[in-house]
Order: sequence, then structure tokens, then C-alpha cells
Amino acid sequence: MNYIIRKIITLILTLLLISAMTFGAFSVIPGDASVSRLGTEATQEQIDALRAEMGLDRPVTERYISWVRGAVHGDFGESLRYSGTTVRELLSDRLTATVLLAVIALAMMFVFSVPLALLSVHFKNHWQDTLISQLVQLAMAVPSFFLGILLTYFFGIALKLFQPGKFVAPSEDFLGAVRYLVFPAMAIALPKGAMVTRFIRNAVLGEMKKDYVRTARSKGSSRDRILYRHVLRNALIPVITFAAMIAVQILAGSIVVEQVFSVPGVGRLLVSSISSRDYPVVQAIVIYITAIVVIMNFAIDLIYQLADPRVKGDQG
Amino acid sequence: MKKRVLFFGVMALLVSAALCGCSGGKSTEASKPVKNSSEEAPAGSAAVSGMTGTAEAAEPAHGGSAVVGVTHELVSLDPHQSTDARTRSVVFNLYEGLVKPDPDGNLIPAVASDYEISDDATVYTFTLRDGVKFHDGTTVTAEDVKYSIERYAEIQGESSAFSVFDHVEIPDEKTVEIYLKEGYSEFLPEITFGIIPRSNPDPEKNPVGTGPFCFVSYTPGQKLEVERFGDYWQEGLPYLDHVEFKITADADTAFMELQAGTIDILDFLTGAQAKAAGEGCQILEGTQNMVQGMFLNHSYGPLSSLKVRQAVCYAVNKEEINQFLYDGRSYLIGSHMVPRLVRYYEPAPEALYPYDMEKARELLAEAGYPDGFDLEIVATTASTQYMDAAQIIADQLSRVGIRATIRPVEWSTWLDEVYRGRQFQATVVGFDGTLAPNYWMMRYTTGHSKNFMNYSNAEYDETCQKALMTVDDREKAELYKRCQMILAEDAESVFIQDPANYVAVNRRLGGYVFYPLSAQDMSVVYEK
Repeated sequence: MNYIIRKIITLILTLLLISAMTFGAFSVIPGDASVSRLGTEATQEQIDALRAEMGLDRPVTERYISWVRGAVHGDFGESLRYSGTTVRELLSDRLTATVLLAVIALAMMFVFSVPLALLSVHFKNHWQDTLISQLVQLAMAVPSFFLGILLTYFFGIALKLFQPGKFVAPSEDFLGAVRYLVFPAMAIALPKGAMVTRFIRNAVLGEMKKDYVRTARSKGSSRDRILYRHVLRNALIPVITFAAMIAVQILAGSIVVEQVFSVPGVGRLLVSSISSRDYPVVQAIVIYITAIVVIMNFAIDLIYQLADPRVKGDQG
Repeated sequence: MKKRVLFFGVMALLVSAALCGCSGGKSTEASKPVKNSSEEAPAGSAAVSGMTGTAEAAEPAHGGSAVVGVTHELVSLDPHQSTDARTRSVVFNLYEGLVKPDPDGNLIPAVASDYEISDDATVYTFTLRDGVKFHDGTTVTAEDVKYSIERYAEIQGESSAFSVFDHVEIPDEKTVEIYLKEGYSEFLPEITFGIIPRSNPDPEKNPVGTGPFCFVSYTPGQKLEVERFGDYWQEGLPYLDHVEFKITADADTAFMELQAGTIDILDFLTGAQAKAAGEGCQILEGTQNMVQGMFLNHSYGPLSSLKVRQAVCYAVNKEEINQFLYDGRSYLIGSHMVPRLVRYYEPAPEALYPYDMEKARELLAEAGYPDGFDLEIVATTASTQYMDAAQIIADQLSRVGIRATIRPVEWSTWLDEVYRGRQFQATVVGFDGTLAPNYWMMRYTTGHSKNFMNYSNAEYDETCQKALMTVDDREKAELYKRCQMILAEDAESVFIQDPANYVAVNRRLGGYVFYPLSAQDMSVVYEK
């Protein structure tokens, strides 16, 4: 119980600190939302009027306090760029898209990385292992934007399996959205999955060198039995951490992939909101990402305890 | 595992095949290039050349739909708030003013059917067109017009060109009189802003106008959907039932969607993209109606010297920039005016600074900089064309000994530091404008809020002011031409080009026209 309370306090402190830092950063960088929105034709009056309307004429600390007050009640305010649109409205659809994309990508990643890694271990130092290593190397080396473009050309323009840019919101057509997201998910899953494959392979092989494996072997257990009954479980602990880190990255929104495939997700919104100095939106997304990271870390701790009874929550 | 290798091999092959297929397509559809010779009337020709390819169909059919790619965010759907050109070009389809521009750059009556300007240009009288309806079904009244003008004036503020506005009177329900504080003969282009109903409390969220299309839905950052307005006053227009303006994060993605057929119409393609657009679309060619140049800060030591600025002008090879960025299809300029505004355009500055490295070196030596000087060029990352142009210029300047470096900045930073803060030495950027010549020229007058170059020339100020006050159009044009000449002789900045605008239009669509200002008129586009 103590443990959970401590974790929650950590979460709140982290959120406060991060949000304050984001706020601070926005008051330091040149340009604000009013200037950015009005462009080159704006007169000084227009800018002053808009600044007052947006509340940008108030001091930073005052704005931060009122922002925190709103955020505590779940009110993240209005977007500065799209006047009249609340941050909540803006984010809800995009969060669904990003989370859906992340789930599909993660599923894909595990579906192909675990078997590949085990195959690699099974055929260690045979040609199969070498081939998998080469493919993994290739998948890791290709930058995701280029992979995205390749996939779009191949599946979208050549094979016409999907129509690039024709993404429908999950709320309108869930299956249609999933069908579209398979391809951007592939662009995320390939390089990340390759990393996971390599990681699992090395973790398992490292574990295979340990003494208990030799003991088990000398007692007559088969290689496969040792691999699946003993080694895998031990090898999975570092893998969980690694996979969770990747899950966090994917959930935070893959900016490049969202951009290339025109998926209206959180990552794309974050980038465009930063360049238009739309700080309420940026704040909300940063809060989301921070929360994901902290909560995922918490989840990793819990999974550790499940995977390894020696780890006790109260110590961690 | 062999299958996997095979799969990748096949994929690589197919991808390369797809790429070749795209680039092997036609590219020469674009008709005659905009020539840089002064005897050929430059303006209008771009629009005509763009239209020739599509004018075959006799009577366009009604119905159908189109998706227009938009590679920027819309600032506001409120017609009185939209200050940026790209947004204006989209909302052009929703709203109309008392008068509106036509493709030739004339102002034609729209919500008004007729207008009259008093001899001293202080009273503008408009007769409203009969039976013009708003999208909500109500008829436009003089009250609505009065409301729109007053609302616009209030939003624009005191320091805008609209500050000459005094008040509106409505002597009867069909007549609107606009009174100005002083004679202002270029007021007509100022009143092309949308007329909106007084009864609508929220023009931002619920846009209601009199334009050919009415609002259906808007998802910020994703799309704006509009549909045919059945009661539009122009008989037979628009042709399309449904138009979607699809907002795409970046130009490359939009281009890919064009190739995939998700987007039907996409403007501002690069020369390379125009070639690679594929069989599915036709490439039309116009200009961006923009003065693109390297603007110089006259407060920066070396650049305060005329000879140095002239040296910089001689050292920049505009044709090379044009070739590299636009396949040589841009119109090279020499002062701050676009050739499409024929009446006011002075072609003489074009030839004032031919590319001449020797002359540039001589001038630098005479000015006391025989070994050149340091120059930081600020370019915004918002557009690759500015970044690319800056790279080429920096290279060209280094050939005469000017040590140019490039500082890339975000658009918001550029607005704040360079444009408003004037903290820069030189910057590569482009400016568009309206049909009012003073809009282009006034920014160079001493102390003007948009004079971020800190330029000051008494003769210029006087000529420009006189031009603004002159009612006679011929005399006015002469004065503005003189202004352009002064800018060029002063080597105020390096005025480079009015860049080519390649527009890809899906072959199933026809009728696309170019305007001399930011407008994408979907009402005349039809399905073949």
C-alpha cells in the first residue's frame, strides 16, 4: 500500500516538475502564439488584442498557476491556434489513433520478434542465425521515414492495399482505421522489433552460459526443455524493461511515421503545436507522455515481481 | 527464411519500378514558360498558359467532388481574422466581398452589383445585388453589409490600411455608402473581405457567407469540408457538389497522396515533383505572385553602404537559383512588385544588376571591404524553397569573398526575431500581397511597421505618399513605377523572383484557374 502511495506521489511531483519546465521553456523561446497565428500582415493592435484574448499578457507564474488549477480538474483549456477548440476535443481523436497505432505496432513487434529470436538461438551459428542477424541489422539500419516511404510506395501505390492519406477516424469506422494502421504500424514494428529480436537473442544466449544450465544439462534435460522452462523466464526480465521502454516510445507517438502516413496522431500534433507556440496543447501532450513513462515504469516493477518472486515491491 | 529474402528483393524491385514509372510520366504538359522579355506582356500569360490545357470541354457537367491538398494549417475560418495568404486562398470559396478579384486581376462586383467612387475618392457607393443569399438561406441586407464592414474595421485596427475608413451609411436597403477620412483611391481592393450575416454569433465555428460553397465540417489540422451552395447568385456555379480541403503535415506526404489519388489538386510543387507527378495528373503552371528575395538590414554595418549592397546584387546569380529550384520557370524580378500587376509593374529593374562577379569585387573594394565581410543569412525552415535559395546564395556570395553563413530558424522565431525584432543581417523570404499597389510599396517608407529592413529614403517616401494620394490611375502607376526604380537603384535588397507555381490537377478534373493573388477558386473546377 505504502508502495503505491509513494509511486503516486512520485507521479504527481514528476508531472508538476515537467509541466513547469515546459511552461518555462515556452516563455524563453522567441515568438508566441499570437505572432505565429497572425503572421506577417498583423498590425500591432491585432497582436496586442490577440495576446490579451489569449491571456499571454499575464506573467508566466500567474498563467502557470491558473493552468495547474484547471489541469487538476481535468480542464486543459483551449487551443491557442484553433480558437474555440478545447484541448480535450483536439486530443481525444488523436489519442485514440496513436494508442491504436501503438497497440497494433506492439502486437506486430512481439509476434515476429520472439519467434525470430528463438529461431536464432535454436540455430545458433548456423546459416539461419546469420540470416536473421543480417535481416535484423538491415531493419535497424533503415531510418523509419524512409521505411515509411518504401512501405507507402509498395503497399499503397504499387499494390494498392491501402490508400495513402485516406485514414478514417476509429470512431467512424473502427475496422477501416485498423486496416489502415497496419501499414504505419509495420513501419514502427520493423525497426523496433529488430532491436527486440537482437536483445532477446543475446539475453537468452547470455543466460545459456550460466552454471545452472550446465547443471540442468548434466542432469539430462533436453536443450529445448532448458530453454523454455528455465532460461526464457530468466532472460525475460531485462527484455521486459527493454520492451517497455520501446512501448513508451511508441505510445508517445511516432512523429515521423505519423507524418509520413498522415495519421492524425499525438506526435504530429505535438510538433505542429510547438512550432505554432500553442502551449496548452503542448502541455497536455507532455503531461500525457510523462504519465505514460511513469506509469509504465510502475508497471515494469509490478511485472518484475510477477516474473521474479525475489523482487519485493517494498524494496523497490 | 528464404522467403523473406525473396520478399525484400521483390519489394526493392517493385519500389524502384514504381518510382521509375512515376518519373517517366509526362512533364511537358505545362505550356509555354513565362518568358522574361519585357516586350511580352508578363501578366495574364501565366494564367492563360495554365488554362489552355483544360479548356477543351464545352459545357462542364455538374456534380462530383474533389480533394484539395493544403500543406499548411488554417489560421481561422472567420473571414475578418484570416491574415495569412494560404488561409485566404481556402476561405475564398466560402466568402465574398462587395467586390471580388477575377483571374485577370480586376475587381468585379460580387455581393454588390455596381459601385461608384466619388471624384475625390472619399465616398464609395455600392448598390447591392438582388437576391444574394447567405448559406443559411437569408437574403443579404444593407444592415449585414454595414455590420461586416464595421466588424472588419474594428478587427483590423488603427494602424492598418483600413484606418482611412470613417463610417458607413445605408440611405436605403439596397445602397451602402462608405465614407473615408481622406481620399483613398486604392480602397476597393481593401473591401474584398467576406460579407457575413449580422445574426451569426460565431463566424469562427459556424462560418456563413455568400460564396459558391457552404461549410460542412472542419477538423483542425485534418480537413475542411464544403459543399455546393444551391442558391449561389452566379447561375450555374459551382460545378462540384463536394470539396474537401485536406490538411497534410508536410509537402512530401501531400505529394505522395497526390500520386496515390487521395488528393486531386495540389499547388506549390517543386520542379522535381512536377516531373514525377505521374500519368494521373496534369501539371499547370503559374506564378506564386510573390516577391522572393534576400532582404537586407540597412542597420547592419557593411550593408548600410550602397556599394556593398550593389556588390551583393551583382554577386547573386538569380538565374542559377531559378534553374535549381524551379527549372528556370520563375519570373526574375528586380524590385518589389509582381509582374502580374501589369498596370503598376516596372520591368526596367530586372536588368539593373546582371550577374557580374568582377563588378561585385570592384564595388566591395571601393566600399572598403576588399576582403569581403561576414554575413549571416537567416532562413526559415518553414519552407524548403527559402532554405535552398539561401544555400545557393551563400555559395554565390562566397565566390566574391563575402563570408556568408546560414542560420535556420522556425517560422515563429523568424516572425519574432527577424520580422518584428529586426535582429538580423540578411534573410531569404517571400512576400505576397493584394491588388492594391500600396500594399506592396508602402512597407519601404521610413518608419513603416513592416519596414523590417530599416530602409529610409526621403525621395522614396515622398513619391510613394504622392502615389497613394493620386486618384488618376495612370499618374499613380507612373509614381509607383518610379518607386520600384528607386528601390532597385538603391539596391534596397536582392529581389530575386516571382517563383513558378506548379499545380497538379487530377486528369478527371478540369477548369482550374490561376489568380493574381492567393485564391484557389474551386467553383469553376469540374469533373470531365
